[in-house]
Amino acid sequence: MTVPALEAAGLRHSYGGGRMALEDAAFTVMPGHFTCLLGPNGAGKSTLFALATGLLRPTAGHVRIHGHDIALEPGKALARMGVVFQQPTLDLDLTVMQNLRYFAALHGIGRREANRRIEAELVRLSLYERAGEKVRALNGGHRRRAEIARALLHRPSLLLLDEPTVGLDIPARRTLIRHVHALCAGDGTGDDGDRIAVLWATHLIDEIDPATDHVVVLHRGRVRASGAAPAVSAAAGCATVAEAFDRLTATRPAKESSSIGEAAA
Amino acid sequence: MTIWLIALRGIVAREVLRFVHQRERFLGALVRPLVWLFVFAAGFRAALGIAIIPPYETYIPYEVYIVPGLIGMIQLFNGMQGSLSMVYDREMGSMRVLLTSPLPRGFLLMARLLGGVVVSVLQVAAFLLIVRLYGIDLPTMAPLTVLPALLLNGLMLGALGMVLASTIRQLENFAGVMNFVVFPLFFLSSALYPLYRMEEAGPLLWWLCSLNPFTHGVELIRFALYGQLDGQGLAVVAGATLLFAALAVRGYSPARGMGSRAPAAG
Repeated sequence: MTVPALEAAGLRHSYGGGRMALEDAAFTVMPGHFTCLLGPNGAGKSTLFALATGLLRPTAGHVRIHGHDIALEPGKALARMGVVFQQPTLDLDLTVMQNLRYFAALHGIGRREANRRIEAELVRLSLYERAGEKVRALNGGHRRRAEIARALLHRPSLLLLDEPTVGLDIPARRTLIRHVHALCAGDGTGDDGDRIAVLWATHLIDEIDPATDHVVVLHRGRVRASGAAPAVSAAAGCATVAEAFDRLTATRPAKESSSIGEAAA
Repeated sequence: MTIWLIALRGIVAREVLRFVHQRERFLGALVRPLVWLFVFAAGFRAALGIAIIPPYETYIPYEVYIVPGLIGMIQLFNGMQGSLSMVYDREMGSMRVLLTSPLPRGFLLMARLLGGVVVSVLQVAAFLLIVRLYGIDLPTMAPLTVLPALLLNGLMLGALGMVLASTIRQLENFAGVMNFVVFPLFFLSSALYPLYRMEEAGPLLWWLCSLNPFTHGVELIRFALYGQLDGQGLAVVAGATLLFAALAVRGYSPARGMGSRAPAAG
């Protein structure tokens, strides 16, 4: 049986004050799958990312990256994970190259090997000719692409992206979505040809490819549905993912037992 | 082993690059102590006579006395500024990137701290050059002998800044930290006036100055400039560094979150 690239089990988190940001969240992200973490604003997506990257520790439950619990073996888990955060994290005053070299160093990749990989990644993202420019001079789409190139330098087998298209125009969004799908389809990140697993958080339903993607629908800290997009729509009794999403995230509590206690919150 | 060194080099190089690219920050770091030296010290020279106290062997003009204090000031501002910028969201973003490294968090934070110290040493080097051009005599070897003291004092102040950045939530702007941290640390120290002068002013002031770890950092630097070791200063600064560093690492532990704050909703 294949070990999931990411496995969340019984995940709960509270920032204190009684409200649960996540409640018993459980789902998996399998190698080669483009999994969309769908949820309206405030559903708990960013909390989930903070837990998955070890920035926060869950109140209960765990996140395993290729079988390594992020709380217990953070080094092993982080070594296999590439992350693109929602907020921009590049140093604006440094060049693209300097930013990427810094990140490579954080993963212990030596200078020569780093330069080789950076060149390959930037070429693949059609960003190589901008390598010597300061990030400040780049537009939003290019900055995002540089962040994706950066997240792939250590050849992770899991790529986490937290609302990566925020602030991008439509062409840049399309390019980004297409590129990450291509990564997922085995467009050769890892030398061993392993297909990368992607967890892509968004609240924009049109970023999903309804035929091939997997979805995890998160609403008010709970996983409402997860699985292949067609299966999730069918289970919700809807024709499209968009309808299923609307039904699953309706403010009115659904009849499932999972929504008990929500009215009190 | 090499992985650690590569990461350490990368983190320090980034701090230096960032500093070099921010010209205003470099100028600001230099102008502040120079104003004190050229204006304050020149004016104070007539008002304040200083007895012969170690490590000085003769009567010294006030400008000479104040140099170690201003070096301490450069490091104080650098430590507070570098670490407090972590509080801001953009910095929180780069902090997240730092913490996605598979290396232990304590190591990453200490490497980042060391990067800030290296930047402060560059600032001090530029300051010492101007001091020499201004005509203040220091031993020829002073830039070398002072280096270990600069490293330790920089680590202490940087770690203190990290502790503040991770624990004190209200002081998100630099003005607050100026009033409640930087000014008390600076004025209640031996940076501007010798401790014996404080003793004459009153026992409480003297007591506060003696307890202030910044006083000991300044004295460590003062003796090191003249090729001497201030044993008490070394002990206090080393102890305070360990304490602050431990608190800083604890403040950024995953169990308590990124300085205990919730990420942006989403």
